Amino acid sequence: MSNVDVVVTGLGATTPLGGDVASTWDAMLAGRSGVRALTQEWAAQLTVRIAAELAVEPSEVIERVRLRRLDRSEAIALIAAKQAWADAGLEGTGLDPERLGVSFGSGIGGAQTLLNQDDILEAQGPRKVSPHTVPMLMPNGPAAWIGIDFGAQAGVHAMASACATGAEALALGLDIIRSGRADVVIAGGTEAVIHPLPFAGFASMRAMSTRNDEPEKASRPWDKGRDGFVFGEGSGAVILERADHAKARGARVYARLAGAGITSDGYDIVQPDPECKGGIRAMTKAIRDAGLTGADIAHVNAHATSTPAGDMGEIIGIRTAVGTHPVITSTKSMSGHLLGAAGAVESIAAILAIRDSVVPPTINLDDPDERLDLDVAAHKARPLEIHAAMNNSFGFGGHNVALVFTRP
Amino acid sequence: MATREEITSGLAEILEEVAGVNPDDVAEGKSFTDDLDVDSLSMVEVVVAAEEKFGVKIPDNEVQNLKTVGDAVSYIEANH
Repeated sequence: MSNVDVVVTGLGATTPLGGDVASTWDAMLAGRSGVRALTQEWAAQLTVRIAAELAVEPSEVIERVRLRRLDRSEAIALIAAKQAWADAGLEGTGLDPERLGVSFGSGIGGAQTLLNQDDILEAQGPRKVSPHTVPMLMPNGPAAWIGIDFGAQAGVHAMASACATGAEALALGLDIIRSGRADVVIAGGTEAVIHPLPFAGFASMRAMSTRNDEPEKASRPWDKGRDGFVFGEGSGAVILERADHAKARGARVYARLAGAGITSDGYDIVQPDPECKGGIRAMTKAIRDAGLTGADIAHVNAHATSTPAGDMGEIIGIRTAVGTHPVITSTKSMSGHLLGAAGAVESIAAILAIRDSVVPPTINLDDPDERLDLDVAAHKARPLEIHAAMNNSFGFGGHNVALVFTRP
Repeated sequence: MATREEITSGLAEILEEVAGVNPDDVAEGKSFTDDLDVDSLSMVEVVVAAEEKFGVKIPDNEVQNLKTVGDAVSYIEANH
């Protein structure tokens, strides 16, 4: 436990469910799916022809000339960060730049730019490659752009821990504030690589759903009929702030980020530990870090991606580390899997679940796996008083991150 | 052979596309960096696009001499 309290004072997101936090959250509570058939020409040759694409194109928010020099993952990170900054009421507060940090990552980074510019290199030669290529494809690009836009001078960090990235970025933000290096950290994750290459790569791993005829039913965590995750794009950002700093400026507080647990499996590059040992350690650490016990955690926003192999291990983990009492959900059933952004967007869902006393649903759980012996908010949102909620995120490479949020 | 006016208006189109410069602001006396706010990376894009549009080669060691729109017009006029 730390004696420095860290709170969440701002939220921002652009997702397949909506162009901001309010529309995303409304869609989640209504149980709407953001998964659609891909309409791009290149999709026809793929075995996976569905995805969760952004509800609002970045070009509707960022002007054309600026957008030319931003990778899509950078553009949406900036959109989410700007929303969070405005939501926190930080505009014009004269925050000392040396007390502002950024912790923002991506699973894949600017691969869209890399691939597009490689096409130009092949077709038109090196002189036609954009001078913006490197800052657009570098994995620290989203964090760096956010740092530039808000003048952050306390350090800009870029996580890369696959599908745990967004959550790990929040965990690092917590550490930065606790260590005294910053008063405010813009933390989150971003992902935007709707391109045939990752579809082909993940499909070759047999990791993605091929339920092409029923896109809205394709992401179905814990359901017997699940056949893989649905690739999505999006970004989520939260403003983390030292509690006394937030209080001094009269900021609205959504929740406390009370604890974080980070572990690694040391086991396999893609397979999660089947007994979720690393996940259990992460959850246990997060609960302890928050000064709580498992019994205090009323709700878990689970990692559950809708893969046959991954979903059930986490159930064992939650049962062991938290208990059989929490109401769990996988909002990926609606948003698809936002990879590096997942942990941030799902943390936002957990925070709003605390605020609104409601657990968003897991849709498509029509025929639960027999091994699912925890209480899932299936099909419909579930009213629930929540003092403490947990978000789990696990990533390829064996990264495990658990975060605990509590009512302020 | 394009006239100086035609080259200027061609550059204005490129500057609008690449850097969002208002075509009405583009005139021979204007400095790319000081007046039109074109940064070094955008300038590279302008040069590559101008090479294609006007069928010229603008070597990198020439680019530093092209301070104003007029400098670029003169170079293109003399070399295309």
